[in-house]
Amino acid sequence: MAALIGSLQSREHELASAGEQLRVLNAPVSRHPPFDQKLAESGLHPLTATGIEVFQINVGKLCNQTCRHCHVDAGPDRKEIMTRETMELCLEALAGSDIPTVDITGGAPELNPDFRWLVTEIKKLGRHVLDRCNLSVLLLPSQRGLAEFLAENRVEVVASLPYFIAARTDAQRGAGVFDKSIEALRLLNSLGYGKPETDLALNLVYNPTGAFLPPPQEAVEADFKRELLDRHGVVFNSLYAITNLPISRFLEFLLESNNYDHYMERLIQAYNPRAAAGVMCRNMISVGWEGTLYDCDFNQMLDLPVWGDASAHIRDFSAGTFGSRRIVTGQHCYGCTAGAGSSCGGATV
Amino acid sequence: MADYYNNQDLPRFGDMGKNAPELWEKFQSWYGAVFAEGALTAREKSLIALAVSHAVQCPYCIDAYTQDCLEKGSNLDQMSEAVHVASAIRGGASLVHGLQMRHAAEKLSM
Repeated sequence: MAALIGSLQSREHELASAGEQLRVLNAPVSRHPPFDQKLAESGLHPLTATGIEVFQINVGKLCNQTCRHCHVDAGPDRKEIMTRETMELCLEALAGSDIPTVDITGGAPELNPDFRWLVTEIKKLGRHVLDRCNLSVLLLPSQRGLAEFLAENRVEVVASLPYFIAARTDAQRGAGVFDKSIEALRLLNSLGYGKPETDLALNLVYNPTGAFLPPPQEAVEADFKRELLDRHGVVFNSLYAITNLPISRFLEFLLESNNYDHYMERLIQAYNPRAAAGVMCRNMISVGWEGTLYDCDFNQMLDLPVWGDASAHIRDFSAGTFGSRRIVTGQHCYGCTAGAGSSCGGATV
Repeated sequence: MADYYNNQDLPRFGDMGKNAPELWEKFQSWYGAVFAEGALTAREKSLIALAVSHAVQCPYCIDAYTQDCLEKGSNLDQMSEAVHVASAIRGGASLVHGLQMRHAAEKLSM
């Protein structure tokens, strides 16, 4: 992989536009049958929600890393972050529902100056909080005490670590990121994270470092547990294997490396009706940094709001109305239905 | 024909069943059973297939089993070692035939 060179937006790349990404995805290629056609063949069209178990909040695109596969096009140059006013609307929506889990993502969500306030307020509502953490953020001087804060609030940490070998992780996430990630994992372990005797959950996320599908989750989890313990003395609870969706910077990689058609064919060839039935969008709602509602974080990055209605906003949220909505789907959805399936919680079948 | 090998042909492998469907079906069924989890894991079988692909020098197989090894969770260190195993056997197989040469030379020589 080539060196990391900043967000698509900072490079004024045409793929910074969601419309351009959709144009590529929807280009008439006879070998790529429409996703909705596959759903129909599985008896799943139209795809509908089955309730809301997870309330996912994307608090912004600001990140201290610029990973090659990032579906958010996040980076240090991205300044779009959720305001406290919008967070308050999220809290009101949560208070009016019994959704048990709040999944906070970004960017690096911790870089939002109101992150700790948001976590504290969600915990007051008695909800389980999950932080999607890039690990290196825990070592930033500006984030002193962050790991301790997460532990004190019993926040589940879901941390990205694409591989247990430095070269492969750094190729995706930037030079030196692997060493920082190991240092951050040791810090979390020292606080009790990932240890069987505590309730501090530390789960890792594996993303393929190229144009191929993830291995079986249980097999690669066993590899990670053995290698991270043997090489670095690091422990964790579970590993989630997540497929890269063909959008944003991963789409850029696919196109530039001439892997796009092959990757789409691989996803389509691996379409699994059981994975389609269990896709994560069916039991979650995703809130964008401006408060707009989406079926998932990927739809959010493609500017595909719930019901195709850009005015759908968190201020209008009700779990009853949105819990049975029709899901907005597209060609990118093949990424979540391939093989053993893929979700924010890893494989689905 | 412009090329003897065309990577667009790999997805069309199934065309080989068009004139001999029963044989193709038997091959498919046997092939699937061979690569299923068994006494060897699917990952181990994929690494063996990658090594054999190099021994028989099949570019289709190399493409297919490079992808398959990565999707089974193997890494480049492991895959490179597998290719070395195949290469060592190929090299050794040539070298051990040197004994045939020695026998022949001995027979011919005073």
